[in-house]
Amino acid sequence: MGTTLAQKAWDAHVVRRASGGGKDDLLYVDLQLLHEVNTPQAFDRLRAAGRTVRRPDLTVGTEDHNTPTLALDRVIKDREGRRQAELMRSNCAEFGIPLHRFGDPGQGIVHVIAPELGLVRPGMTIVCCDSHTTTLGAFGALAFGIGASQVEHVLATQTLPMRPLKTMAVNVEGTLPEGVSAKDLVLALIAQIGTAGGQGHIIEYRGAGVRALSMEARMTLCNMSVEAGSRAGMVAPDETTFAYLERCPGMPQGEEWDAEVAYWRSLASDADARFDREVTIDARELSPYVSWGTNPAQSVPLAGQVPAAADFGTAAERAAAERALTYMDLKPGTALRDVSVDTVFLGSCTNSRIEDLRAAADVLRGRKVADGLHMMIVPGSARVRLQAVEEGLDRVFAEAGADFRVGAGCSMCAALNEDRLLPGQRAASTNNRNFEGRQGRGSRTHIVSPAVAAATAVTGRLSSPADL
Amino acid sequence: MEKATVMEKATLRENATVMEKFTVHTGTAAPLRRTDVDTDQIIPVRFCASTRRDGHADSLFADWRTEDGFVLEQPERKGATVLVAGQDFGTGSSREYAVWALQDYGFRAVIAPRFGDIFRGNSLMNGLLTVVVPAAVVERLWELTEADPTALVTVDLERLQVRCADLVQDFTLDEDVRRRLLGGLDAIADTLLDEADIARYEATRRPALPVTRPPVTYPPATVR
Ligand code: SF4
Repeated sequence: MGTTLAQKAWDAHVVRRASGGGKDDLLYVDLQLLHEVNTPQAFDRLRAAGRTVRRPDLTVGTEDHNTPTLALDRVIKDREGRRQAELMRSNCAEFGIPLHRFGDPGQGIVHVIAPELGLVRPGMTIVCCDSHTTTLGAFGALAFGIGASQVEHVLATQTLPMRPLKTMAVNVEGTLPEGVSAKDLVLALIAQIGTAGGQGHIIEYRGAGVRALSMEARMTLCNMSVEAGSRAGMVAPDETTFAYLERCPGMPQGEEWDAEVAYWRSLASDADARFDREVTIDARELSPYVSWGTNPAQSVPLAGQVPAAADFGTAAERAAAERALTYMDLKPGTALRDVSVDTVFLGSCTNSRIEDLRAAADVLRGRKVADGLHMMIVPGSARVRLQAVEEGLDRVFAEAGADFRVGAGCSMCAALNEDRLLPGQRAASTNNRNFEGRQGRGSRTHIVSPAVAAATAVTGRLSSPADL
Repeated sequence: MEKATVMEKATLRENATVMEKFTVHTGTAAPLRRTDVDTDQIIPVRFCASTRRDGHADSLFADWRTEDGFVLEQPERKGATVLVAGQDFGTGSSREYAVWALQDYGFRAVIAPRFGDIFRGNSLMNGLLTVVVPAAVVERLWELTEADPTALVTVDLERLQVRCADLVQDFTLDEDVRRRLLGGLDAIADTLLDEADIARYEATRRPALPVTRPPVTYPPATVR
């Protein structure tokens, strides 16, 4: 029987198999990413135990969660946030870990900068104290989020004891229709399998619908794997992957490159590989999706209506829907297209890459953001901002009346910096979580794609470009 | 590099002072008659902005400790080291602060019929023993320790037993974790016993794999 992509990546990193009667394999970690939240404790303990960082050359840091967006010379206002950033700087300096500080051209959201820096390649194992590390599985890497104690463990040993995970194939049949994006695909998938649908599994996205996606779109897809409860999401590397990687800095050249590509090709799941679970979704039937509730599975087609609690099968689902409807202040049966928003947020590690900005600019070109609506665009990285400016997207945004921020980072996705919604405000947002209070206390979030975000900014109501 | 000798392994163990050994622990108990105690209740999010692992004792169950008669506030529960709780203790957010707060307060073990997955993993990483026993046994422990606050509860990791008065209950634990806790090895010290394997693996890594140093530097951005 053949093996899957995930198993191949796993097996290539086993330092030693489970021993001593336990069930954990010891896995080697090719890259650990750090950001300023959740890491100070790990460094404190490392120091207390008299240990050091084993491989600072396989570790890299950035500042993203607390960073301001209005100007590059702005300081972090929040006292605890500033303290986290200061500790990040002193810890990285002490242990020789490269850090892309706010204002540096390599800075940005951890999951956005890692591929830009050429640090993500097929078959690698990558960890970060952040659940959306799944993003990097788009390159065929085994990338997952870890806890604070595990960060310390990887710093000290460059390994992690891990219990083998199950595998799940998501087969995407057909290709997405015009105007439907990877964001819509993944929202439809989560609506289908639920927020625990992938629990204990590594998802591999397969099929024609996935092969046709760009690297940026695959990152969006893998990013939200964690919202389906899965530990990681992966796409087998192919020509699209190689073409993207070829443009990244620090790649091997000549024969060495050819050898790498040959190795990467061999990582694809074997034809006779068996998955523990298989799910099929037909891309041809999809349309733009939007969330109505307070978890990502509470999503429906934009053309649809807000459901009623009674529509759900289990008592727990009905109770959750009831709570969500109250929190979101929505009436069952309301057409999603009739829901007005006061804010549109284009950003986050799900959708803040250049392709996402282009998709929004294509909609906004020659149009205006609705009166009284605030559309905020936060680039995922300093690189993304620079490229957007080179392509003239900044002018498109300015002419449309959108607020294209200078500083890159998480911004209103987690609302840890100054950017947040006020209680009761409603946003169409390209991020990944619509939890209660996610974008500020009392905030209401509708998760959408970049194109839907831009169209919504124009009409003031949840809309797709086709509605304009 | 050769495998570490027995002597060297012993030294590594000595140096692993981060985690206290857990062999047999006996102490008084705090009977917490509640189920579904999620990590938000164990330590509310407003106490999680700290950049430290210690100093969380006062934040433990912060919102409940202002309630009349909450178990931890009863004078006879001072010094309790074993927490006995209901089903699904430690569900919700993955915050490791929950474990740190319990340890900081003085708890060495938590006994419950079922735990939240991530919380259990975090607790065992930190040397807080989470013991799974049937709900009826928890009920019995509640009765015994409520009737007599000085009743001693023993959590015996060597024999995998919980004992209190005439009650003797077996429990199970992953063998790797048990060995680690018994030796007082934190997970890192445990892994470092296999340092030779790590070094050997490192020597065979494909050379083309990326490194972060020196960092990629881009030309300075001119930001409009
Ligand atoms: S953009 Fe949002 S989801 Fe992504 S890393 Fe930042 S806070 Fe987390």
